[in-house]
Amino acid sequence: MTDLNQRVQSRLETPAEARNEHGHDLGGPAAAVEQIEGRKFNIDTVEHAAATPDTPLPWAELGLKEDEYNRVVEILGRRPTAAELAMYSVMWSEHCSYKSSKVHLRQFGEKVTEDMKKDMLVGIGENAGVTDLGDGWAVTFKVESHNHPSFVEPYQGAATGIGGIVRDIISMGARPVAVMDPLRFGAIDHPDTARLVHGIVSGIGGYGNCLGLPNIGGEVVFDSVYQGNPLVNALAVGVMRHEDIRLANASGAGNKVVLFGARTGGDGIGGASVLASESFDDSKPAKRPAVQVGDPFAEKVLIECCLELFKAAVVEGIQDLGAAGISCATSELASNGDGGMHIELTSVLLRDPTLTPGEILMSESQERMMAVVKPENVEAFEEILAKWNVEYSWLGEVTGTGRLIIDWDGETIVDVDPRTVAHEGPVYERPYHRPEWLDGVQADSFAGERPSSGEELKAAVLELMSSPNMCSKDWITNQYDRYVRGNTALAMPDDAGVVRVDEATGMGVALSTDCNGRYAYLDPYAGAQLALAESYRNVATAGAVPMAVTDCLNFGSPEDPEVMWQFAEAVRGLSDACMALGVPVTGGNVSLYNQTGGVAIHPTPVVGVLGKFDDVARRTPSGWREDGQAIYLLGTTRDELDGSEWANLRGHLGGRPPALDLAAEKLLGELLVNASRDGMVDAAHDLSEGGLAAALSEMALRFGVGARVGLDEMCERDGVDLFTALFSESQARAVVAVPRSEEVRFKDMCTARGFAHIRIGVVDAENQALDFQGHFSLPLAELKDAHEATLPKHFA
Amino acid sequence: MSETPLIGDFPPAPDAGLSGARIGVITFPGTLDDVDAARAVRLAGGTAVSLWHGEASLQDVDAVILPGGFSYGDYLRAGAISRFAPVMERVIDGAKGSLPVLGICNGFQILTEAHLLPGSMIKNNHLHFICRDQTLRVENNGTAWTSDYEAGSEIVVPLKNQDGQYVADEKTLDELEGEGRVVFRYVDVNPNGSRRDIAGISNAAGNVVGLMPHPEHAVEAGYGPDSSAFGPVDVRGGTDGLGIFTSVLKKIVGAN
Repeated sequence: MTDLNQRVQSRLETPAEARNEHGHDLGGPAAAVEQIEGRKFNIDTVEHAAATPDTPLPWAELGLKEDEYNRVVEILGRRPTAAELAMYSVMWSEHCSYKSSKVHLRQFGEKVTEDMKKDMLVGIGENAGVTDLGDGWAVTFKVESHNHPSFVEPYQGAATGIGGIVRDIISMGARPVAVMDPLRFGAIDHPDTARLVHGIVSGIGGYGNCLGLPNIGGEVVFDSVYQGNPLVNALAVGVMRHEDIRLANASGAGNKVVLFGARTGGDGIGGASVLASESFDDSKPAKRPAVQVGDPFAEKVLIECCLELFKAAVVEGIQDLGAAGISCATSELASNGDGGMHIELTSVLLRDPTLTPGEILMSESQERMMAVVKPENVEAFEEILAKWNVEYSWLGEVTGTGRLIIDWDGETIVDVDPRTVAHEGPVYERPYHRPEWLDGVQADSFAGERPSSGEELKAAVLELMSSPNMCSKDWITNQYDRYVRGNTALAMPDDAGVVRVDEATGMGVALSTDCNGRYAYLDPYAGAQLALAESYRNVATAGAVPMAVTDCLNFGSPEDPEVMWQFAEAVRGLSDACMALGVPVTGGNVSLYNQTGGVAIHPTPVVGVLGKFDDVARRTPSGWREDGQAIYLLGTTRDELDGSEWANLRGHLGGRPPALDLAAEKLLGELLVNASRDGMVDAAHDLSEGGLAAALSEMALRFGVGARVGLDEMCERDGVDLFTALFSESQARAVVAVPRSEEVRFKDMCTARGFAHIRIGVVDAENQALDFQGHFSLPLAELKDAHEATLPKHFA
Repeated sequence: MSETPLIGDFPPAPDAGLSGARIGVITFPGTLDDVDAARAVRLAGGTAVSLWHGEASLQDVDAVILPGGFSYGDYLRAGAISRFAPVMERVIDGAKGSLPVLGICNGFQILTEAHLLPGSMIKNNHLHFICRDQTLRVENNGTAWTSDYEAGSEIVVPLKNQDGQYVADEKTLDELEGEGRVVFRYVDVNPNGSRRDIAGISNAAGNVVGLMPHPEHAVEAGYGPDSSAFGPVDVRGGTDGLGIFTSVLKKIVGAN
């Protein structure tokens, strides 16, 4: 246990035999002493709290501010008990209460048209949103952060990130069917980066592979701004029949409350309040024990067990235990329900019998679920748990009192209105203002090297494709199972991950996550919109109709008005863009305090978009294969190098991100989906980081098939030079490969919709090169070697 | 290439005469690829029957598959706990008769723990989990599970595991080689350091086969590997693993 935890815990619940050393913090001899399993605790009951109003409590160590603590006292009309204090402190933490972000996040619910609501079965606020797929099917998906734990303990932090998001999906009633992981690390050659890459990648693989969920995509970005704050975001998607949708609420007085899955241990205590809601700095002790430890085998069994419970219709409400553990599950279930809840905390099955009531309430032990079961279903419930050999204990029942009452061996230690814990926490209107430095940064446009000769351009493309952010991520993704369950129709390195939902019809979903933190640094409003645009474009490029959005908003400290401004702008930008594209945000997560030693990360609003296929057989891969197919570039190219990968390679970050035209993005998306549906394209790849140079390289490398490319006409049309044509990151563009028989139809479609399109080349299955005619030729073998060598060089 | 089937097209309709053959697929706690193995049986034309580890019954199936996964989390040696499941007593009895038994990945590990096959699997030599499309050579087409392939032919199927390095003492390896019991061998790349590039083996009778790669993930065009050893295929169009399942179905139907 850390010094911090020791201090906090010893003040919260002093074991009786230690009282002499620790004094009389909680009222001393007057306090009730109970004998539980041979161990004595100094139990701080509600009655005792009322009688000892002046007892000092460690609210500051638990992360509460003075005015927050005073509000708890005001709500209760007395000082909180030690157990109540534990609950309020975790539930009112930034991580659980969204107290700094709430006032901004409202926009996701407000900027929604009727049309955007039509497929939304469950919106923001539940464990994850649910979207209708038709034919009685529904899909739920969500992305969440596990940044701070992964920095402290990379393997377990990343593993339990997957575990937590998967339980969110199960608790909606869905079968999880795939995961994705957007990752951001510090500089690739920094000595600490290898520790994090190895730990985080093997943690994601170790947990996800053992869970039997295909990993179908994600992102890997290296940038020194993430050195002390790597971002480990995890997305999970699940599918269900409409009738299986479950919500986290405890209704019906007399219904039983049960905790099942793994036993409760001492791991992860204070994870949400201490780790995820504070910045790191060198003056504080190590926080390793505050990270939870995962058991993927237990979670796999729990998934199958829960699905059987849903099928048998024996649970009324269900909630996973994640951040804030039992505190969160009981207060949210009770708060969402129509009554109250009364439970006996000594009934919780423990891994460590010495845990105190406060620790049991705060523990973030993994692989646990809480459910509400009607008395007549208790037997059926127990039979299913016995079949899967899952442990459970009945903790109490739903009541009509409107109070959440928790007893410890018959004595009341918590008596609260659950809404005040779960939903009516503090809300801050944090001050924010535009950083003064931003004008200077935005005025500093890229003026660096622009290669022009064929030789220089060839070297530039090789440099780009072997750079940490653009190189092949196979070394990482080959450590993940992409095949399990047999429904993966596309996975990395294609633009989107695609999984079949209905084996009979082929109906399925596509998913992509994207964000360019450099764009968001230059302009957070535009940066968040660009993240959405890229993710939307990726899903459409694969051929799916974009339907819904999830976001993981990774930012620095909200107490810094400049960071808060970045956050406010990003939310405003994202919500505006969602409305313009007609795709609603159905859920997500906010991760603040991503800063170390006063230096914040780039604002990193990771955006996940989910799209639907009527039949995944129509999905478009990101590489061409057929000799002689025509290669077209859709969209227009401008001189937009600010924030680009090329500028990044030259150590420059300034100017403004590429211009965004959401109407053009929407139109491009429609064209790509139509082209896929009607068999007009055999390959498609969106243009984003690294521009046309990256897109063409990746399309050729996907199946090892070359092409002859001529860009002179396009350079003339758009008024750019060859370097700009290759490296600019102008938006709303994609490259497609069109079968000869479809060329006329394809061109007619683009012309009719008024979308810029130009033939830039032809697939050449013989030449084994990407041949930029008249300028330079890039042998595929050389390109492939450069592309694939980078990660093994640093990490293998 | 213009004759390539549309992406996601199913392989030719399975032989209707095979549907009477019932193949059991066992689910242990932590089994992951049971749905895939059952799908492979169906796509090959047979009838898949789910078997539960805790029940000491094979429900009169004609053959048994122990699918891949991480039974009991592989927290002890892979397969070491599952080997003691009640259903395994029946599997062991059947295997000692002539019941065709296939262990894939974790299933192979369980078969070695049950001593139905010799040797053992240890952690990959590079210490990482690896998922890749792997070329194998079918060394022996005389087993219950490989008769639909030509001896010496190559197939491409996914490989995905953490503990895939096949090891045995030299005497055992020599025996396996000498008796033609090396059924599958890694080609081009040995992905995990397995002795003598061994990917799969059989018992002396040829009814029990275990292999580390996953043929059940190469049975349906659109969801398999990107390539096939039999010629060009469309994206994720590889179905080279299907022969494993048609082999046993034909044997069962022929024997009836």
